[in-house]
Amino acid sequence: MLNHAVAGAGYVDENYLEYQGKHKGILGWLLTTDHKRIGLLYMWSILSVFLVAVGIGFVMRLEQLTMGETVVDAQTYNSLFTLHGIIMVFMFIIPGIPAVFGNFIMPIQIGARDVYFPRINLLSWYCWLAGAVLAVIAVFAGSGSPDTGWTFYAPFSSRTGTNVVLALFAAFILGFSSILTGLNFVTTVHRMRAPGMTWFRLPLFVWGLYATAWIQILATPIVGITLLMVVAERVFNVGIFDAAKGGDPILYQHLFWIYSHPAVYIMILPGMGVISDIIPTFAKRTIFGYKAIAYSSLAIAISGSLVWGHHMFVSGQSYLVGVIFSAITFLVAIPSAIKVFNWVATLYKGSIDPQPPLLYSLTFIFLFMIGGFTGVMNGVLNVNVHVHDTYFVVAHFHYVMFGGTGFALFAAMHYWFPKMFGRIFNKKIAHIALAIMFVGFNMLYFTMLTMGYQGMPRRYYDHLPQFHTSHVVATVGSWVLIAGLLLMFWNLFRSIKKGEKVGDNPWGGATLEWQIPSPPPHENFEKIPYVDHEPYEFQKVEAGT
Amino acid sequence: MNNTMEVVESHHTDEGAKLGMWLFLFTELLLFGGMFILYSIYRAKHSQEFFLAASELNTFIGTFNTLVLLTSSLTVALSIEAYRRAHKKAAIWLLIATILMGLTFMVNKYIEWTAKIHHGIYPGSAELLSMSDGEMLFFNLYYVMTGLHGLHVVIGVGVLSFMLYFISKKPPEGEKFDKSAAIKLENSGLYWHLVDIIWIFLFPLFYLIS
Repeated sequence: MLNHAVAGAGYVDENYLEYQGKHKGILGWLLTTDHKRIGLLYMWSILSVFLVAVGIGFVMRLEQLTMGETVVDAQTYNSLFTLHGIIMVFMFIIPGIPAVFGNFIMPIQIGARDVYFPRINLLSWYCWLAGAVLAVIAVFAGSGSPDTGWTFYAPFSSRTGTNVVLALFAAFILGFSSILTGLNFVTTVHRMRAPGMTWFRLPLFVWGLYATAWIQILATPIVGITLLMVVAERVFNVGIFDAAKGGDPILYQHLFWIYSHPAVYIMILPGMGVISDIIPTFAKRTIFGYKAIAYSSLAIAISGSLVWGHHMFVSGQSYLVGVIFSAITFLVAIPSAIKVFNWVATLYKGSIDPQPPLLYSLTFIFLFMIGGFTGVMNGVLNVNVHVHDTYFVVAHFHYVMFGGTGFALFAAMHYWFPKMFGRIFNKKIAHIALAIMFVGFNMLYFTMLTMGYQGMPRRYYDHLPQFHTSHVVATVGSWVLIAGLLLMFWNLFRSIKKGEKVGDNPWGGATLEWQIPSPPPHENFEKIPYVDHEPYEFQKVEAGT
Repeated sequence: MNNTMEVVESHHTDEGAKLGMWLFLFTELLLFGGMFILYSIYRAKHSQEFFLAASELNTFIGTFNTLVLLTSSLTVALSIEAYRRAHKKAAIWLLIATILMGLTFMVNKYIEWTAKIHHGIYPGSAELLSMSDGEMLFFNLYYVMTGLHGLHVVIGVGVLSFMLYFISKKPPEGEKFDKSAAIKLENSGLYWHLVDIIWIFLFPLFYLIS
């Protein structure tokens, strides 16, 4: 049993929000090496760009409300979906949960005072910022906002007249930031665990981050070099992907997806970790199948690295290769399903307390399952040919990325809010916002699923009359969704200062971060705890307090 | 509180810093790995033309540069060992030798590239565009891969120069060596070995296949 007397009550070090170190005021934040403050820096910057990208999505839906050119023209629409993709993928979802909650929570969960490389941690935030600034310059400066889509497919990306080079550099630097976070987390988990914190006593959130960190390290450099090659094509007239110079554009797609498919698991694994931490807390029951969940994270990381070809079923790769990629794609569904079954089994016979974090998590499971099933459909060769480049694919990955990772992030925000600020949000509003978002989300994306199945192509700024009704429904859905989002953010934002104060452990969590004061003191622990039990043993924690 | 500090310090061993460095080296290997994949695919497709194009490269300069880089890997390893044994002066001279060899490599690279460019062989040139697909790919890959490698040599020289400045400010010869400086020097050495090992693969793939 860890020692609560020293780890928690009676410890009066300043909390990290009020701590005055070498630098005061704003510099105390901009030059901080405290993992908690860096987590918050990431949170504010990531949420800001998220809202910008939501705004872009709103404009795109508005254009589809009517037929013909109304709000924006075709070229602007191309730039809008490119920007929406670059921001959401490279700046929001990939760093999202690891950079915010991985930074803030993970070191506390393993019983450490900080990550292993605190200064590299801050550097990774500045890399993120530099990437974001470059992307902004790419939009407004020079020859026009990039119009390639977030995938930068060659040869179009090496020939279009827009500001692609800057956007590529932005993505490269954001990738570098992601690599730094990954190698920091792997080192931290290996070297900084408190005494007694064995691998199978780690909370599952840490397992999710650990698997993610490995993919970040192993996959990101490949996309980095691929993007740099396109830069070389544009700046130095190299022709590695240019058929006119002997190159092969299909190789670009291979190299791009070798990273970018594993990257979708960079996006989802931390979210699954969040859910695996939240569900036991609100069922007051240890997780069902701890090892199965931990190993399935690794299984997803490994099998997910071998399926990139399923993005290229219609690109002209051989039929045999298509069949192999299709088969491995189905395999990914197995570890994903193992997780879902384990989460549901954890709830079985638990004493369920339906607080907002749990409801957000259940919404995650529901939306992620739709995303998962449509993912298997996309992996079937003949179905894929039919739905390729339609709204079906768009809706599928929004179910996984937004319904999955996005809602996991929201669940994490509600779950760890009292930990970060020592206060609680208005629970009723959190419930109402969730209900509104749920309705809006399905109105928008389920309509897109059916529309795509009927043949509505993606990335068109206009549509045929037979899709008009569906487009109107989807656009209204986007308004509902955004209303719910804004309500949720307003509720959280307001509660940072005005929320009701709560104790150190309002949810009765069993993992280490709940055993120290909220907000955490600057050094996290007065004394590094000794851990002698598994992460979700609620009886022991209750007996200890 | 004393007790606590001990726990923290036992966490922060050299092992962690080295682990982080090795992970970073993995990412570098994968960065070049992407290009080696491209190389192998294109060479499999156009093996005859690759052999033809490779005969244009100057094997003498290539071999000389390989020797220079291999020797510099030796001197940097000796420098680390010398610093660990508190022979600061030796460590500094060995480091200077390493840096000079890195610069020699770059000068040779410059001579080699300018000669090629003089003959009109560079990406996008009329001369190159008139060649076969395989030859074009060979020279494009040659410029991109040795160019990126050259960039790493320059960065490596920068890192080693910083280390030179860093350890020259540490306590004088004979005294107990600075542990954090030693680990920094060792990590810089690891980076230099990486630069070396990538060249070990680039050299035969571009110069020796003809």
